[in-house]
Amino acid sequence: MSHGARTTPLFEEHIALGARMVDYAGWQMPVQYSGIIEEHTAVRHGVGVFDVCHMSEFRVFGTDAKAALNRIVTNDLDRIDAIGSALYTVMCDEDGGIIDDLIVYHSGDLEYLIVANAGNRETDWAWLTSHLPEAVEATDESDRTGLIAVQGPKALGLVGELAGADWSMPARFTLSEASLDGIGVLVARTGYTGEDGVELFCHEKNTVALWRLLLSFPEVVPCGLGARDTLRLEMGYALYGSDMDRGVDPVSAGLGWVVPRTKGEFIGAAAIHCIRSAGPERKLVGLTVPEGVPRHGHDVLHAGGVVGKVASGTYSPTLGHGIATAYVPAELSVEGTRFRIAIRRKTVEAIVTKPPFVKGTSLSASGS
Amino acid sequence: MYPKELKYDREHEWIRTEGDVATMGISHFAQDQLGEVVYVDLPSVGDTITAGDAFGEVESVKSVSELFTPLSGEVVEVNETLADAPETVNEDPYGDGWMIKVRLSDPAEVDDLLDADGYQAFLAEEA
Repeated sequence: MSHGARTTPLFEEHIALGARMVDYAGWQMPVQYSGIIEEHTAVRHGVGVFDVCHMSEFRVFGTDAKAALNRIVTNDLDRIDAIGSALYTVMCDEDGGIIDDLIVYHSGDLEYLIVANAGNRETDWAWLTSHLPEAVEATDESDRTGLIAVQGPKALGLVGELAGADWSMPARFTLSEASLDGIGVLVARTGYTGEDGVELFCHEKNTVALWRLLLSFPEVVPCGLGARDTLRLEMGYALYGSDMDRGVDPVSAGLGWVVPRTKGEFIGAAAIHCIRSAGPERKLVGLTVPEGVPRHGHDVLHAGGVVGKVASGTYSPTLGHGIATAYVPAELSVEGTRFRIAIRRKTVEAIVTKPPFVKGTSLSASGS
Repeated sequence: MYPKELKYDREHEWIRTEGDVATMGISHFAQDQLGEVVYVDLPSVGDTITAGDAFGEVESVKSVSELFTPLSGEVVEVNETLADAPETVNEDPYGDGWMIKVRLSDPAEVDDLLDADGYQAFLAEEA
């Protein structure tokens, strides 16, 4: 184990399951158990569970919480007026640079629950607390919160069975309380895989019990960060640090859809408006790579010259070939444009493809 | 896990010799470390390879490894089935997962290879 790396409450469970561990954002996390492709396939066709306890959870409360938070995030919290509803957003600095991407849940009357990336916990906390007025309280609940994702076409059925006949599954992007075999949880119907499913929040002291409860079903497959990455990239979901960072704005990153034009004042609004009006110079595109596995940092070539680098890249288990994202000049971002990617000693073809790379998942079937 | 009739090297290749032709692949340890193989990049029939050089690559979802040959010679056969079924390397590394056959230019190089016990001892040291 790396000196100084943090562990989640499920660390010993992963070791007992024979997981291969890796250091990720300062945490010892399972990259795979039975194998990335096997785990990926389980999520696409059955049900898989993921330890995502490393993620950050912040709660913001007060009469002014909504207004204050709405000035910090780009998406409009008016969209989640209904208690229990949630939305995906980014928060930016004054130059429009993305600080993090996150999900905001309207968890209570004057309360919002923010789930953010593990690697950005300190930055996000500092940013939030320095931009929230004194009257708005904020707490960092990450250490006392356990989080397990249950994803796949069979996920909802399983969770529904555990929650009992008197409970109904919330709508997509909504959360509600439940008791699973006596363990109190918040069930959020959100996820990062492209399959329908939930993310279960519990008190950290109940995380092991919840994990074991889920794994007591023989069809449930434990899945690591390796499968988490292949699943999300097949859908074209962004990964902070790979697809975007502080140096890029949401428009160039293909996240203009979480920055509604009609929204009032928020940090970065002016800068983003300028980029929108002028048109971004570079855009993040999806690339289909028929032969070879593209990886972060590989050069992207056009007409013999380097025009960009691969942001995210992997082998798609569903499609059986490589897929990637890369920032390329805006004039070359049209679907169908052909590039070449330099992979070690050779170059391979890459064709601009609008994500998702994989269609017809259980999530698309539910109409979201 | 490490058939006694085969030879091995420190790059985790296994070698079977029949006359002056050697068949090569990667060991159980190597395929296990890699995870599910998704691509195998092999030389062409007719290529000359030299002991110590990389002759190709084997790639899994999360990593790429070069394939090194301990023997010199001419590539006389390449396992074409690995193009469509790379996972064969994981399922049957010593059988259907074979990679190349080489007509040896210097059969004496075979003497430097490890036997199954020697390879297992090497693995024990590595770990």
